[in-house]
Amino acid sequence: MIRFKSNGVLKVAAAVAALGLVAAPAAAQRDPAYQAARDAGQVGEKMDGYLGIVGAATPALTKMVNDLNIQRKAVYTKGASGAGVTVEDFAFGSGCKNIRDTAVGEKYQAPGGAWATRTSAPPQRDSRCP
Amino acid sequence: METKSRSFTGAIRMVVAVPMLAVLPGCISVNAPDKPIVIELNINIKQEVLYKIQQDVENTIEQNSGIF
Repeated sequence: MIRFKSNGVLKVAAAVAALGLVAAPAAAQRDPAYQAARDAGQVGEKMDGYLGIVGAATPALTKMVNDLNIQRKAVYTKGASGAGVTVEDFAFGSGCKNIRDTAVGEKYQAPGGAWATRTSAPPQRDSRCP
Repeated sequence: METKSRSFTGAIRMVVAVPMLAVLPGCISVNAPDKPIVIELNINIKQEVLYKIQQDVENTIEQNSGIF
């Protein structure tokens, strides 16, 4: 009976995968336009946990960054509420991780406030970052 | 009666004023700083908060990886 149930679950999962509907949020990928903007160094990770536009802002870039930052803020707000800290602190802690996890060639904000390009060396981060 | 009282008060004032004048040259003047005294305690508090929430932050971002 248990075996049958697990098979059923597997079949459903396989069907969902076959349809291209990846349900698990953990497996969510970046939007291709967002990934392209990161790769091109048009957007960078800021210390405050949000994305910033590096260089000239276009309407499309501004809209994309604003949209992602609004979604990030919602996530930070939920996380902050669970952890019992301010949204700013949760966002800042996320900024530490976002900068640490940048790929080589991507832009990030260095402690001085200027944009830096990630190299294979560890990024320059705020001294308070864990 | 009143005159006596007044002159008595006057004498007290003199007695008080003279030692003060004598002390003045030896005074060390302490001036309040013109800028407020700020003790940066929030730096340590913030660092502690960041360490405390580190795991929460990792999990939260990984669950929403599409926007990060």
